[in-house]
Amino acid sequence: MILQPAVLALLLIALLVAGMGIYAGYYGMRILGQWDPASGSEGQLELERRTYLVSTIMSYILSFELMSLFLFIYTADELHPLFTGAMCAAGTLAVNSFGYPALIIKVVNFLLAGVWLIVNYADNRGYDYPLIKVKYELLNLLVPLLVLEGVLLFAYFAGVKPDIITSCCGSLFSHESSGFSGDLAMLPHLPMQIAFFSGMAVTGASGLFFYIRGRAGYLFSISSTVTFLVAVASVLSFICLYFYELPTHHCPFCLLQKEYGYIGYFLYATLFGGVVAGIGTGVLMPFRKVGSLIRIIPAIQRRLVLVTLCCYLLFTLITGWKMVFSALTLG
Amino acid sequence: MKRAIERHLNILEFTLASLLRRKAKNFSLLAMYLMVVFMLASLQFFVTALKREAAIILDDAPDMVVQRLTAGRQDLVPTGHAAEIARIRGVTAVRPRLWGYYYDALNGANYTVMAGDDTSAKTESASIGSGVAKARNLAVGDLLPLIGYDKAPVMVEIGTIFPSGSDLIAADLIIISPANFQRLFNLPGGQATDLAVTVRNPKELATVAAKIAELFPGSRPILKSEIQRTYQSVFDWRGGMTLMILASALLSFIIFAWDKATGLSAEERKEIGILKSIGWETSDVLLLKFWEGIVISLTAFLLGTILAYGHVFFLSAPLFVQALKGWSVIYPRFQLVPVVDAYQLAVLFFLTVVPYTTATIIPCWRAATTDPDAAMRY
Amino acid sequence: MIELSNLTKSFNSGQPNQFTAVDNVTLAINPQQITVLKGPSGSGKTSLLSMIGCMARPTSGRIFLRGVAAALPFRQDGADAVEITSLPERFLNEIRRSTFGFIFQQFNLVKGISVLENVMLPAYPTGEGRAEFRARAVSLLEQFSIARLASQRVELLSGGELQRVAIARALINNPSIIIADEPTAHLDSKLSHEFMEIVGRLKGEGKSVLIASHDPIVFDSPLIDTLVEMRDGAIVASRSCR
Ligand SMILES: Nc1ncnc2c1ncn2[C@@H]1O[C@H](COP(=O)(O)OP(=O)(O)OP(=O)(O)O)[C@@H](O)[C@H]1O
Ligand SMILES: [Mg+2]
Repeated sequence: MILQPAVLALLLIALLVAGMGIYAGYYGMRILGQWDPASGSEGQLELERRTYLVSTIMSYILSFELMSLFLFIYTADELHPLFTGAMCAAGTLAVNSFGYPALIIKVVNFLLAGVWLIVNYADNRGYDYPLIKVKYELLNLLVPLLVLEGVLLFAYFAGVKPDIITSCCGSLFSHESSGFSGDLAMLPHLPMQIAFFSGMAVTGASGLFFYIRGRAGYLFSISSTVTFLVAVASVLSFICLYFYELPTHHCPFCLLQKEYGYIGYFLYATLFGGVVAGIGTGVLMPFRKVGSLIRIIPAIQRRLVLVTLCCYLLFTLITGWKMVFSALTLG
Repeated sequence: MKRAIERHLNILEFTLASLLRRKAKNFSLLAMYLMVVFMLASLQFFVTALKREAAIILDDAPDMVVQRLTAGRQDLVPTGHAAEIARIRGVTAVRPRLWGYYYDALNGANYTVMAGDDTSAKTESASIGSGVAKARNLAVGDLLPLIGYDKAPVMVEIGTIFPSGSDLIAADLIIISPANFQRLFNLPGGQATDLAVTVRNPKELATVAAKIAELFPGSRPILKSEIQRTYQSVFDWRGGMTLMILASALLSFIIFAWDKATGLSAEERKEIGILKSIGWETSDVLLLKFWEGIVISLTAFLLGTILAYGHVFFLSAPLFVQALKGWSVIYPRFQLVPVVDAYQLAVLFFLTVVPYTTATIIPCWRAATTDPDAAMRY
Repeated sequence: MIELSNLTKSFNSGQPNQFTAVDNVTLAINPQQITVLKGPSGSGKTSLLSMIGCMARPTSGRIFLRGVAAALPFRQDGADAVEITSLPERFLNEIRRSTFGFIFQQFNLVKGISVLENVMLPAYPTGEGRAEFRARAVSLLEQFSIARLASQRVELLSGGELQRVAIARALINNPSIIIADEPTAHLDSKLSHEFMEIVGRLKGEGKSVLIASHDPIVFDSPLIDTLVEMRDGAIVASRSCR
């Protein structure tokens, strides 16, 4: 266990988020069980008031998740001198087997909270609570994950003892190492580049098609999600190399450091923003024909598609610009 | 989009007006918030500054120091070992070091005394830290009398006083010539306090250390990185422990904030009722409360961190010195070099603003869901 | 036009202290007319007004608003009438904001802020530009000849002035229906007559006015079009005064 203000802050947030999640989930269950919009009874009025509370809590959870995600990475980076061989956040996270799962679930929870708020936004625009069931079922899915995140984070920090020999980002994300992240870094550059740019192209094309014609929303949503995964793999495989201008440094976290102008924050923000909007578009697809939302969902979706397209375009432009002008050339 | 922004601006404006209207009521909350931020920020700044001081000391430290242990205690190292260690592959230099502590009966302070390189011009000259200079009221050119092991006075002349860029490390330091060191402490010949080892390739440090341990079974090689790690975790630990103590303050503040947010005055309750009755919606009142929280938090956070900055870096953290410094030496006064970065501020933000905000969510929601028709029944 | 059908409002339903404040009321309220609800204390006037004004939801029954649908940001399938009883709060509120202006017995002005700000208050969350609704507020104050009080704090005003500020506030969002609950209870007879004059002017501007009152100055006024009498939550008589 490392007792450090930042670690305590992260644990505190995990605790608060899990607590708020459980609280919201409890009322979600009650809403699912007792919801009756036709009734003007006091019980129903009370539940309708609770929906405001749940929405508020969820927007706080979303912003806490986003902020603490970066705080987590930054803290991992800050702690690396405590571990022999760790040279940045990548090494610190590998100190025990809970580090990376905690990070991944943090990202997943952030994305899900974002999607929940999109569904909530659409639901609030319909005059007969059209998505209330969907919304609270999604919440029921999210709550255990929020709790799991807290547990993993506690397990990670409890198991961290300074001075354990760990792999550093030089080895964890370089060719010698095995394991998942090593495999990602092993991915050959050229096919990865092809996959990345074609993924972006397919997402762009299907997005434009959807924007103009209002069709093939699922294709767009799936392609934006897949492209997100490909883009993350590409960051590991080749994109970061152009930023570091080193052919062997595959660490996805060093991008967040000052040496690289904090470009990582921008890159990850565009990716996260893009994929939340992309998944949101797909999640709203089945409800396009719902009576009270018939005009509303398509309008929301068009805006979401626009967000995804802009975000991904920015990401691609920066990457492409760096690939062209970087001092590094990959064979 | 434009409407949404207008709505925010209008409501924010009303928020500011209402906060000003209720200055007295919000004052106690703000004062307590400020106190908590101030204490946590002082702690955070202080620990970070100490960590940096330690890092500065260690920057100049050799990559590896070899000590000798006798019966589990540190003992003098025969200088003869140096030559043998120098023969290990990869070692570029081995330098025996002489240092010790000197107790100054005059003001009860402990100084760190080191023997400098014997290439220095005069045997009588000495360099001292600014802390020593201040304690003994010395200037360059003055004579400093030290008492030797045999009670014979050893006079040294102050050649340089280290600039106080990093007071904490150099403050208690006195560097004198090896000859004077001998007259002061009378170490047995051919012995050193420890050996400083330089290695060409940092990656080989561990291998070299292993070889030294094998060559001289009683020796203890310590790597610079090990010391750094130890320092950092010691400071982190102390900071964390102090934070745990402060957690009770934080907790009571949160309860206070909760209480404040829950116990709306009749006046405020009525006002929210009026707002709802004239067409404000629950989410509008929530927004009003959100802005209220933001304004209070930011004010407390900014003022608290600014005060803490002054407390730590101008007043040298009088509230924390005893708890945290824990140095064996009494410092007359030391000045920390200001270091504040976004990361520290983010941690502080998470420790104060986030719990405050969370504690007020439910009370705010409760206030915001006042029945709009309640206003018809006052 | 507002249509109420079988409207019922119960408090504490299912508990021993259950109380039905409005009991199975069916009523049509004509547009651009003055309608007065009359009845003893506790007869359910305020409860009925707050349901019509989208402040409270009935326990059962329905309320239809005709002729306001066009002004709404959403539309129910094809109808020109909006059935408001099943709407979520945020929609009720949207309707309330754009359709109704309220005048309360206690005036309900916010203390500590100026007259002008009080008048503008209902417009804050609409997202309209501040300059626009400010201009409207100033012209309303002029219309009620209280422009010189614009920057005065409301604590210092006389009863008649408070009344006029409250009316100006009710009009800031250009509502088509004005709802007033016991508007003259705190006024002397001269001011009450003045109030009725203003109400007459509003009707002349094409607004519908709905007043609950047991003040003879109000329900005997020659200006009113319809008088509805209530007792124990039910309507006992409804007659046209024209
Ligand atoms: N929230 C509530 N809970 C329980 N009972 C209530 C509630 N609100 C109103 N009532 C009851 O409903 C009845 C009708 O009240 P309402 O205010 O509508 O009467 P009113 O006709 O406006 O009376 P007045 O002329 O005195 O204003 C009253 O007996 C009142 O006690
Ligand atoms: Mg009444």
